[in-house]
Amino acid sequence: MSRSSLALPQVRGFLQTNRKDLWWLQPAATLVGLLAFIVYSTWAAFQGAHYFTGGPTAPFSQHLLSPFYSPVLWDASGLESGHAWFGSQPIWWPVGLLFSPALFILPFPGLFRFTCYYYRGAYYKAFLGDPVSCAVGEPAMRGDNYRGEQKFPLVLQNVHRYALYIAIVFIFFLAWDAYASLWFTGDDGLNHFGVSVGSLVLTMNVVLLSGYTFGCHCWRHLVGGKHDCMSCSKMRHDAYKGVSWLNTRHMLFAWMSLFGVGFSDLYVRLCSMGVWTDWRIIG
Amino acid sequence: MSSHATQSIGTDTRTVDFRIWRGNVEGGGFQNYAVEVADGMVVLDCVHKIQAEQANDLACRWNCKAGKCGSCSAEINGKPALMCMTRMDLLPVGEPVTIEPMQAFPIIRDLVTDVSWNYEVKKKIKPFKPRKPDNADGTWTVYQEDVERSQEFRKCIECFLCQDVCHVLRDHHKHSEFIGPRLLVFTAALEMNPLDTENRLADLKNRDGIGYCNITKCCTKVCPEHITITDNAIIPLKERVVDEFYDPITRLMRIFRPR
Repeated sequence: MSRSSLALPQVRGFLQTNRKDLWWLQPAATLVGLLAFIVYSTWAAFQGAHYFTGGPTAPFSQHLLSPFYSPVLWDASGLESGHAWFGSQPIWWPVGLLFSPALFILPFPGLFRFTCYYYRGAYYKAFLGDPVSCAVGEPAMRGDNYRGEQKFPLVLQNVHRYALYIAIVFIFFLAWDAYASLWFTGDDGLNHFGVSVGSLVLTMNVVLLSGYTFGCHCWRHLVGGKHDCMSCSKMRHDAYKGVSWLNTRHMLFAWMSLFGVGFSDLYVRLCSMGVWTDWRIIG
Repeated sequence: MSSHATQSIGTDTRTVDFRIWRGNVEGGGFQNYAVEVADGMVVLDCVHKIQAEQANDLACRWNCKAGKCGSCSAEINGKPALMCMTRMDLLPVGEPVTIEPMQAFPIIRDLVTDVSWNYEVKKKIKPFKPRKPDNADGTWTVYQEDVERSQEFRKCIECFLCQDVCHVLRDHHKHSEFIGPRLLVFTAALEMNPLDTENRLADLKNRDGIGYCNITKCCTKVCPEHITITDNAIIPLKERVVDEFYDPITRLMRIFRPR
């Protein structure tokens, strides 16, 4: 039989299904969860303020830095976080265009999540209804015009491994921020080790983001999956098994790290605004 | 011993309404049947009961009744599943049970579909091409860690439920451009076999349409053998296609370090 001459049943209409379970619940929860994060992170990114606590009085004394703004390339105008690599808002920044340090940072982890294999499957369902859920009818307009990731524009999702490379670099920046949050400037002007709730929040953020980043399907491929011979290198096989362990929990880490990074920004923001106090636990 | 094992079959019965699709390639519709269902029965038992008592001409394909032959694939309450592995006590009580044929393949009659397209496509996939034997007696030395991935894929019973639920085939009818999850699993088993020397990546990208998969993971959800189709077979193949055709760095490296 020719592959193109099948007398197939008629395609069902949009949302048509004989499923009796709550098939709409998961895509609806995905839609709400992702929309909530997109709205909050966009709002936070454009604030350009309250992204750090402390100040530039001494090395490490800055204490907390929001992960949405880390690393800080340029501080927002009029602010001095002590984290900025190149000082304050650059003079070449167009007058009248809103400036925020996060605008240089968020596109990179954003691209990593946008091209992530887990999120792709999730938002194709929740946002594009492609399909809304398994064995549920799609919008009729797509029909035979479906291109998937075979053709432009979604073939560009194959850039994911490059987004991963950048995301790994960000893990180191965020780990440094978590480490820096463990040092407090005392009355003697010296830095002393300590732990605050904020230290724990930033550390939790790095752990969750690492679990998500190093469970990436691309990373699994790169550390060993691309090879047919696993017995040729014990280190490769062990690395592959480790990443596979994380990979089976990729969805879990994707959501936990998304919540973690959003909460970290919120925590730093509220502490910076004076709404919350960053309680010291040790030191 | 579980509580199920201690129950005697047939001691507790209830009447369940079934809506079964009856028809052929020219069309059809749902017909209603009421069946006395006893403890421990699966959907296939009920279909057989209907065949025996109410509709002798009801067509359904089955063989092992143990979830290993992959014959009795259908859609139960809208979900692709094996009729022999779907227990009646796991379906909603008090509601009619809907059974219909798979939607991604041509209807032959009632619950029987023509799945021969899968076999035709399978013939076009480049077969296993082993390297020269490792040993003088014509054998190869293979380690367990080298075949673990392929072994998962070899569990496939070819029920084609994954093909049925895949929206690329089911809703978009891309049968001429996309081979579907089952055959991507088949290809992955060959591609990841350390003895195999064939390269199927160009076929995967162009003829087999791996890019049409948009990772809904529906295939994984319906697999009765619990093969992690998307994460362990399709995405690794997608990544190998990226290596071969889309990643400029790996393409550049191949100039200096050819296969």
